[in-house]
Amino acid sequence: MRFRPLGVFAVFYLAFLYAPILLLPIFAFNDGTVIAFPLRGFTFGWFAQLGEIPALHSATLNSLIIASSTAVLSTCLGLFAARAATRYRFPLKGGIMGFIMLPLVLPEVIVAISLLVVLMQLGLNTSVFTIILGHTLLCMPFAIAILQGSFSGLDQSLEEAAMDLGETRSGAFRLVILPLVVPGIIASLLICFIISLDEFIIAFFLSGNEPTLPVYLWGLMRFPAQLPVVMALGTVLVGLSIVLLLVANWFRKRGLRKAGQEDTGGFL
Amino acid sequence: MSGPLISLRDVNKYYGEYHALRGITAEIGAGEFFSLLGPSGCGKTTLLRAIAGFEDISGGTITLSGKDMKGVPPNKRPTNMVFQSYAIFPHLSVEQNVGFGLRKSGMSPSEKTKAIGAALEMVGLGQYGKRAAHALSGGQRQRVALARALILKPKVLLLDEPLSALDRKMREDMQVELMKLQREVGITFILVTHDQEEALVMSDRIAVMFEGEIAQLADPEVLYRKPATKRVADFIGVMNFLPARAGDGLEVAGLGRVDMEGVYCPQGDVSGACSVGLRPETLSLLYDGETARARETEGVIDEVVYYGDMTYYDVRLEGLEEPVRLSMRNMVGRDVMTVGQTARVAWDPRAMVVFPG
Amino acid sequence: MAQGLSRDARLGLITVSPALVFAVLLLAVPLFTIVLFSFWTQNFLEIDRTFTLANYAEALTDPLYRALMMRSLRIAASVTAVTVVLAFPIAYYISFHVRPEKKALWLFLITIPFWTSYLIRIFLWRVILAYDGPVNGTLVELGIIDEPLSFILYNANSVIITLAHAFAPFAILPIFVSLEKIDRSFLEAAKDLGEGTAMTFLRVTLPLAMPGVLAAVLIVFIPTVGDYVTPRLVGGSGGTMIANMIYVQIFDLSNRPMGATLAVVAMATVTITLAWAILHVRFWVYLSDRVGGGLPGLALVGVAAAIDIGVLWWLWHYGPALFGSAGSLGIMAAIMGGGAILIALLLPKGRWGI
Repeated sequence: MRFRPLGVFAVFYLAFLYAPILLLPIFAFNDGTVIAFPLRGFTFGWFAQLGEIPALHSATLNSLIIASSTAVLSTCLGLFAARAATRYRFPLKGGIMGFIMLPLVLPEVIVAISLLVVLMQLGLNTSVFTIILGHTLLCMPFAIAILQGSFSGLDQSLEEAAMDLGETRSGAFRLVILPLVVPGIIASLLICFIISLDEFIIAFFLSGNEPTLPVYLWGLMRFPAQLPVVMALGTVLVGLSIVLLLVANWFRKRGLRKAGQEDTGGFL
Repeated sequence: MSGPLISLRDVNKYYGEYHALRGITAEIGAGEFFSLLGPSGCGKTTLLRAIAGFEDISGGTITLSGKDMKGVPPNKRPTNMVFQSYAIFPHLSVEQNVGFGLRKSGMSPSEKTKAIGAALEMVGLGQYGKRAAHALSGGQRQRVALARALILKPKVLLLDEPLSALDRKMREDMQVELMKLQREVGITFILVTHDQEEALVMSDRIAVMFEGEIAQLADPEVLYRKPATKRVADFIGVMNFLPARAGDGLEVAGLGRVDMEGVYCPQGDVSGACSVGLRPETLSLLYDGETARARETEGVIDEVVYYGDMTYYDVRLEGLEEPVRLSMRNMVGRDVMTVGQTARVAWDPRAMVVFPG
Repeated sequence: MAQGLSRDARLGLITVSPALVFAVLLLAVPLFTIVLFSFWTQNFLEIDRTFTLANYAEALTDPLYRALMMRSLRIAASVTAVTVVLAFPIAYYISFHVRPEKKALWLFLITIPFWTSYLIRIFLWRVILAYDGPVNGTLVELGIIDEPLSFILYNANSVIITLAHAFAPFAILPIFVSLEKIDRSFLEAAKDLGEGTAMTFLRVTLPLAMPGVLAAVLIVFIPTVGDYVTPRLVGGSGGTMIANMIYVQIFDLSNRPMGATLAVVAMATVTITLAWAILHVRFWVYLSDRVGGGLPGLALVGVAAAIDIGVLWWLWHYGPALFGSAGSLGIMAAIMGGGAILIALLLPKGRWGI
């Protein structure tokens, strides 16, 4: 095997990428209140503590409600937008799609404060509902990107063939298009769920007195004594994200296989 | 039933400002193998899709068995289509693909199975029913697409460039198979193609289209021997165009003077500058001892292209800038001539087609 | 109008409308509102709706805001540079050296950290870089240093490291995509025409990958300018950025108009800076092409860039004394914006896709 500087660099780079989330469980299971080496010993104690904080439970509930609603809402909106983008030509298409995808690059702070200012101006209270709206805005571009992948892989004549063979427009969508994009829909739901679950800025600005998990975590971070608990909670969140991500990726690949396409790798 | 199966009357189609179909009028009979032939962008696919119901037409009428098709959606028309990409549903098996259109047919499951089996048998895929659709080769996909369309017993089968995705050998085999299949089922086939050879081989009649208009509608032989315009002549096969001047007789550059009697003028009498079309096979090289049946001229061989069964020669004639191309069948005892050789070229005024301009 | 649209266009607009209406209500309207707010003022709890430019005057002249804005740009630029420079070899490695069937796996590996909680990843960097954290602890333990390093936490450097980590996949993916699009026979053709590996890379691969690099620059630069969490967690006082000030204005000082103004200024600054930068790249490529590229091209671009940047640098530092704060900013905006518009109008789109 030849020595490959690029390969070595790639391995180091991966190590750099994974360093934080690999350290996380190490300290979460470390039997010491100080987050530093050397390690003290193994404990489940910090995880056990998670079960004893009522505020954490309500934050978890908020997060789950927000993440599921966001996932459903942004995937529904994304379905329409992705379908329009791949199937039809309409005036100002580039501008409209670009505008809808804008939250992908806009600094979240800008999105968050502009929403906040409007809500305040309308005299509305920030709540779980307002976070759902904000998160949907943020997740929609991701949903569109994923669903566009599923839609654009479809030959347009598939739908025409179904209609040619006696199906109506809706029948063609139901019998041909939908089965082929279902894996994409599931992947989109999961990804939006993950993003919403982990999102901090918008939740922080719009949560009022109904914190989500990350907002609650942010509060904990100020107290050095709570750091091991932060680590434990972080481990749970990161673990959950990775599991959901693996499931989403499995569905995405299955969708590609079903449509007889090559895997071009990754979301986005 | 009397009258044509399909009649197109002054069919027009606009895409915004773009005039895609310009007053197409044609009649297609029952059981006919009809081709729409033309370069890409000539409107042939648009016309096919208009017949299938995928495109609304902007003006004119399309009638099918005497019924105006205006506003009739594709799923209600007695036509079925084989798509260029074949559009085989990738999530279904071969059987499910072929049986797709039977959902609303009211057949019992056993009847369906029988019909699917018969359709697959007809296209030579009897053993492939359980296969996943995405595991098929190009030729097999096409057969599935055919079976899927024919199982619904349409009055018209529409084929959108069905052979363009196949390699040459497979294409030639499929041409023959499609012709056999058409005779077997006895329904009208409308084929869209840009391949003139394919159209000539398969069709009863061909409509040659340029820029949204039918330039000529005729059977293959007429199309080949008596092209209506220079453009049709140029599009179908190979044709030499020799500058000429018509007046009292026809003065053809490189060949000399011929009588106007006997030459074919598809666009009416010509006078002044014109061009004379001659197919390569109407010219021949004369070997020692042979004499021309009509006329002969001397020339120098400029290029020899050997095809095995045939040889193409480019021959320079005096008074002509471009060499003329002629084709000779290769035979035992007849050597292929070489570049630079002087040769006698036999030609016949009766093979000439004269176009104005 | 509606009749003039084809059926396709109508169906398309109808289908896209739910998402579009949602984005208009939750993005366009709010953005418009903060622009509106930026022209108002606030006295304690009352919003004064008389139109005024006072907020802008303050935002553009107050040394604190100016310093924060400048620092945000500087940090974002550094993050972008670091991220893209580190990302390119990885994207190149995956595109050119990883076997095709393994590419999807590599991309997936690279994107996994991105899908985990941003907050937690940033927080972990604070832990890693801390005075008594694993990096310092290990270095001291190994005897490489006597005292824990202090320059890696609570300053701009730590912000840069952390953000470079957070935005890595954003930079890798677009570069990878543009590398994948390069027809491999181009490279063979270059070698066939007598170029070595290095020159093939410089003359073929790199120019063809530039659209991806530029996409990466945009996608990293814009969000990092407005990052809030990283400066708060690892920035200390020396690493505070504009987003933190926006938060302070809105929540701690309850001065929504000022917060809105800073947000608008931040967006405008980012837009002008990027337009200036991108269009100048177009200009420089054009200049270099005019003299036939190579070393003369490089030298010419170097001189042009030095003049361009030098003028702006001089204005930033010495302009306020001569033209007043607002005046010098106005001149800078005119030079940057005007130059960008001139280039956009006069020079055709270059071969880098910009």
